[in-house]
Amino acid sequence: MIELNDDKCMHCGACVGACPANAIYLNEVILDFNDDCTDCGLCVRACPVGALSLIRTRGLKVPAATA
Amino acid sequence: MFFKDSYDVVVVGGGPSGSTAARYAARNGANVLLVEKRQEIGSPVRCGEGVSMEIFKHVDIRPDPSWFVNQVTGARIFGPSGKFILIDAKNAGDEVGAVIERDAFDKYLATEAARDGAEIATKTSVVSLLKDGGEISGVRVRRMGEESDISARLVIGADGFESQVARWAGFNTNLKTRDTTSNLQYRMTNLDLDPRFTDFYIGSAAPGGYVWIFPKSGEVANVGIGLLLSRIKGASEAKDYLDAFIEKDERFRDASIMETVSGGVSVSAPLDKVIADRIMLVGDAARMIDPLTGGGISNGVIAGKVCGEVAAGAVKEGDCSEEYLQRYEKGWRELLEEKLYRDYMAKEKLVTLDDEALDKLIEVMSEVPLENLSTKEILTAIRTKYPELVKEFEDLI
Ligand SMILES: Cc1cc2nc3c(=O)[nH]c(=O)nc-3n(C[C@H](O)[C@H](O)[C@H](O)COP(=O)(O)OP(=O)(O)OC[C@H]3O[C@@H](n4cnc5c(N)ncnc54)[C@H](O)[C@@H]3O)c2cc1C
Ligand code: SF4
Ligand code: SF4
Repeated sequence: MIELNDDKCMHCGACVGACPANAIYLNEVILDFNDDCTDCGLCVRACPVGALSLIRTRGLKVPAATA
Repeated sequence: MFFKDSYDVVVVGGGPSGSTAARYAARNGANVLLVEKRQEIGSPVRCGEGVSMEIFKHVDIRPDPSWFVNQVTGARIFGPSGKFILIDAKNAGDEVGAVIERDAFDKYLATEAARDGAEIATKTSVVSLLKDGGEISGVRVRRMGEESDISARLVIGADGFESQVARWAGFNTNLKTRDTTSNLQYRMTNLDLDPRFTDFYIGSAAPGGYVWIFPKSGEVANVGIGLLLSRIKGASEAKDYLDAFIEKDERFRDASIMETVSGGVSVSAPLDKVIADRIMLVGDAARMIDPLTGGGISNGVIAGKVCGEVAAGAVKEGDCSEEYLQRYEKGWRELLEEKLYRDYMAKEKLVTLDDEALDKLIEVMSEVPLENLSTKEILTAIRTKYPELVKEFEDLI
């Protein structure tokens, strides 16, 4: 799950354009995340100011362990 | 009323590409609505504000003192060791440019569009495309909490890096990490710079990208950085690298930051296809940014003009099919495509070079008189001294 730090966000849309799942929409100054997020973390790296972080949600969307 | 419920053409995004497309569509007889989600055209600025003079050759734009603030004489490209090459009118012609005020520039372009008959709706977000039996038939907008539908014969996606319209229409605008950059810029004041030059710093100070200093005057400049996403490992790296650059440079000791700007910039090849039935894409939304410089204003405006003209023609002919819109696809590619691909190849090579190799490159280029800065000429010059640097590019020479 992606967590947004509102205090840092510049509403610039860098995360929106970088997201491969189109899971983010910038509503002028509000970022909306939808359920298509795959927790890939690209938006976290793309954000120039570090406003996003990936929160590990235990048990969710974790692929089965491969031996 | 802020807008009607039906237009010939709805342009999504009031940046330079959208305003120019709207302007030329309206000028040529189409009934046009330009929709911008922000409450003010051009603000906040998301740009380094450097343009090449090329723009004035193709589009009917006159430099206006409200936005044309500093015409530079050249660009200096600094290697990691501090050695630089000067690119000026002698070797780069109209590629050398000016530093503008984007907020005023965008308003100027929107005004031109309005003068030519386009209507403009601000603080109005397009939230989805309307479809009628699978065919695009307009847009759904949200304005002040209220949603409404606007029908259109043709939709133009000029919504920038975010490029939502394209994705809703089924275009694949996904970018590879090595074709995406993360950017941060400070507009600084109380500087003492030489306003005649735009400066670029390449190398490990900005992995996969560069630091820029674009002066508006001797006192005020945009100081920014772009980093390649594939080189970024954690959060906030654009900010960390830019702050580190500024920290160790004496020139910024007494400077203050008046504005912080951030954003994403694609450095990819353009989309293979920017049209489909009843839709066209233009500017950043179509990935038309120059992959070597990250500059997208000129290309967006140049393509925007073709886009607008073709839109008006399509409406007039009553044919908004992909087949008719090929005129746009062909037209913008004739003007921009060759350079986009050439610069993409150059970027792909440059990002593989380490500091030592970049210094060699700058060294060779500073020693050889470059008459016209063609890729071929540069590569040939490098080959004479460091053949190993251009091995993979032999076929371009
Ligand atoms: C930090 C930074 C520095 C840059 N420096 C330079 C430079 O020095 N020189 C240069 O040439 N280029 C530079 N660029 C790139 C340049 O800013 C873009 O190429 C240029 O703005 C492209 O214009 P555009 O009209 O295609 O898109 P934009 O200017 O991005 O305009 C798109 C517009 O669409 C609106 N929009 C988006 N979605 C919707 C929606 N759903 N509904 C309604 N409206 C919507 C947005 O609010 C925006 O106003 C820089 C970019 C960044 C981020
Ligand atoms: S983690 Fe990946 S999929 Fe989720 S919002 Fe960020 S970029 Fe998109
Ligand atoms: S990239 Fe960062 S600063 Fe920009 S809109 Fe996304 S979260 Fe906000």
